[in-house]
Amino acid sequence: MTDSRPVLTMTGISKSFPGVRALHDVNFRLFPGEVHALMGENGAGKSTLIKVLTGVYDTDAGATTLDGEPVSFTGPMQATAAGVSTVFQEVNLCTNLSVAENIFIGREPRVFGAVRWGEVRRRARALLARLDLDLDVSAPLGSYSLAIQQMVAIARAIDIKARVLILDEPTSSLDASEVAQLFRIMRQLRDEGIAILFVTHFLDQVYEISDRITVLRNGGLVGEYLTTELPQLSLVEKMIGKELDVLEGIEEHSRRDLATLEEGTPLVAVSGFGRAGAVEPFSLTIHAGEVVGLAGLLGSGRTEVARLLFGADRTDGGQVAIDGAASSLRTPAQAIDHGVGFCSENRRAEGIVADLSVRENMILAMQAARGWLRPIPRRRQDELVDKYVKALNIRPADPEVPVRNLSGGNQQKVLLARWLITEPRLLILDEPTRGIDIGAKTEIQRLVTQLSDGGMAVLFISAELEEVLRLSHKVAVMRDRQMVAQLANDESLDADRIMQTIASGSHREEADR
Amino acid sequence: MTTGTLTAGRTRFRLPRKQIPVLATLALLLVMYGIGVSQYTAFSNVQVIFNVFIDNGFLLVVAVGMTFVILTGGIDLSVGSVVAMTAMVSAALLQDGMPAALVLVIALLIGPTLGLLMGCVIHFFEIQPFIVTLAGMFFARGMCTFISGASIPITDGFWTSMSQERIGNPQGNFVSISVLIAFVVVVIAAYTLAYTRLGRNVYAIGGNPQSALLMGLPVGRTRIAVYTISGLCSAIGGILLSFYTLSGAPLIGVGMELDVIAAVVIGGTVLTGGAGYVFGTVLGVLVLGVIQTLITFDGSLNSWWTKIVIGGLLFAFILLQRLIGIRYK
Repeated sequence: MTDSRPVLTMTGISKSFPGVRALHDVNFRLFPGEVHALMGENGAGKSTLIKVLTGVYDTDAGATTLDGEPVSFTGPMQATAAGVSTVFQEVNLCTNLSVAENIFIGREPRVFGAVRWGEVRRRARALLARLDLDLDVSAPLGSYSLAIQQMVAIARAIDIKARVLILDEPTSSLDASEVAQLFRIMRQLRDEGIAILFVTHFLDQVYEISDRITVLRNGGLVGEYLTTELPQLSLVEKMIGKELDVLEGIEEHSRRDLATLEEGTPLVAVSGFGRAGAVEPFSLTIHAGEVVGLAGLLGSGRTEVARLLFGADRTDGGQVAIDGAASSLRTPAQAIDHGVGFCSENRRAEGIVADLSVRENMILAMQAARGWLRPIPRRRQDELVDKYVKALNIRPADPEVPVRNLSGGNQQKVLLARWLITEPRLLILDEPTRGIDIGAKTEIQRLVTQLSDGGMAVLFISAELEEVLRLSHKVAVMRDRQMVAQLANDESLDADRIMQTIASGSHREEADR
Repeated sequence: MTTGTLTAGRTRFRLPRKQIPVLATLALLLVMYGIGVSQYTAFSNVQVIFNVFIDNGFLLVVAVGMTFVILTGGIDLSVGSVVAMTAMVSAALLQDGMPAALVLVIALLIGPTLGLLMGCVIHFFEIQPFIVTLAGMFFARGMCTFISGASIPITDGFWTSMSQERIGNPQGNFVSISVLIAFVVVVIAAYTLAYTRLGRNVYAIGGNPQSALLMGLPVGRTRIAVYTISGLCSAIGGILLSFYTLSGAPLIGVGMELDVIAAVVIGGTVLTGGAGYVFGTVLGVLVLGVIQTLITFDGSLNSWWTKIVIGGLLFAFILLQRLIGIRYK
């Protein structure tokens, strides 16, 4: 399977950011013709290691060799030229350019300085054919799905006679068949002798595709293992560095009976909420202490429901009653006044203010609720922030670090804390666990349970049915921008039944009749 | 197996959406010309079109430079002042008796130098192009008045010959040298954008600067280059303007940058960058020119109607771009 000589080695790599030690004395090696999974929680240092390797960051200490020669890249272009290509988590291509141009820009075949467009398209077609993709290479990239864009990014990466291909969470936005397609390509490239460094949060995928696993934790190296010799459970333990009983804890959490919960006046009851082109009119009641799961495929209208409830989008009609009294949710400010908090799925664009510190980010919503003329005393801020940094186990536990220096999972926790500080009565969590690791995921799940036990209502949106099932008292199922069913989460409800509902959407069951 | 489903992943329809704004501008231009011809018999004279080019040659050149900048998602507010400054410097140096060739060289260096400086500030200090070029605009305008508070006439032989030279056919229709120069600029620019790495990088940066950087494209160099190109185009525009008016006036071209931006946007270039063509910009300038001509032909309308119509058209085109959603997500 592998040669005895690694194509790439990194030894003693250390890297610090202001206030954060991102990597400490990490060793890593990569053999030709293998798929090597780099595993770790958020903030473990995976992304930093990749960025150090490709020259986006320089190192504080440590050495990298490629084919035995010491190398130090000054940027992705240089790394690529040396045969180390990266496909980043978010597709980093230009959607306004054609498919062919995206593959070749920067190294187009030219004659007397003029790009030979015919040749560009011909080569692009040949390259895509190698990956079994049949695309119109002169169409703008933006006209293709994200999955296709990802494949085009890989096509761009391997064209440069790549010997090392780094795939940083390539599967996070792909569906199952697209993942299968990607894996087929990865195997093909591996068999051609390319060393593939693969980063993902999906453990199943690691076991399906990888030959070798390196685990990082808190910026340090835990170890390197052959996939066949490392059972999944031990992998998780090595990643989070503690036993797995936390997970079990939630499973055993006794779910309060839906009927008891739904006695009395609902906290929020909406009927006929909807918005043309976004989501069909729906009705939904949420009681205090209730966790309502919102299940459905990507693009089925889950986020749209959340945005309507938060007033971020305006409903076309319908009524809303809060504590039984007719009210309205027409703007986010109104929603916040009524005690609604909303953690957006798009934390980078809509939530986190990257340049502000952890403390400032957390205090934002509360300050907004108080009005800007009544600043929160610094001591009170520090108390609150300390409390939530501890409660949510935010790392690094330094409130003055700019949020941009935190990993995705920790950013998510900061965002959560921002709303928790305002002590909302209804908290809307849109994909709070997407793209974060299992440890942080568990913590967030446990937190949701605790919050609902404490009387907070939660609308929990997630693509992972297991998670929805584990946490919710009631599951509303979305399909094609319609709320097709509301199912009580009792013994009879399992992932299969939700999936059937998503698939068929025919048997409408009203749990809160 | 999966190949079929994956190719079916195309969601948007296949019409050349990128070309729609340019086609819309072309249609608009034809309609306006049609109106002109149907209302005024003299409008059908070919010379009317030639005059539009003669009167707007300098604007066209400046707009071509602006197209580069806007394609990267930037903006250059300094162009009008640089045009005026170039004309002022030329007039002042010629008045001092400097040979025409040397004056041309100096005048053509000022604009790109200022553009280069502004580009460097924008890139290295990561400052908004709006504010940097606004500073450039004030600086250049100030320099005009510094050179002379009053208009300086140009009597140089080369300038007057360039001004009066008519290239025409036996029917008596003609264009000026400026129009030819403008066309050369347009052709070179169109070629650069379509066929050179610099040009393609301009589109890539306009599409997604972060991606362009991660794809290893020289983002900084390209960004600096477009402001330098815009400066060069403004300088050429300034020379053409001084051919046209045979003078340098400190207050000429005030607000020209806005006309230029309007022309570029009406020509279908998206203000956020990444989509647009030089050909569209030519059409945009022509639209502006034809509106002016129509209003002149009417005779009874105040020249401010030009502004009102341009304002309306700008709204319409920005809305059109928005509706087409030309920036693929």
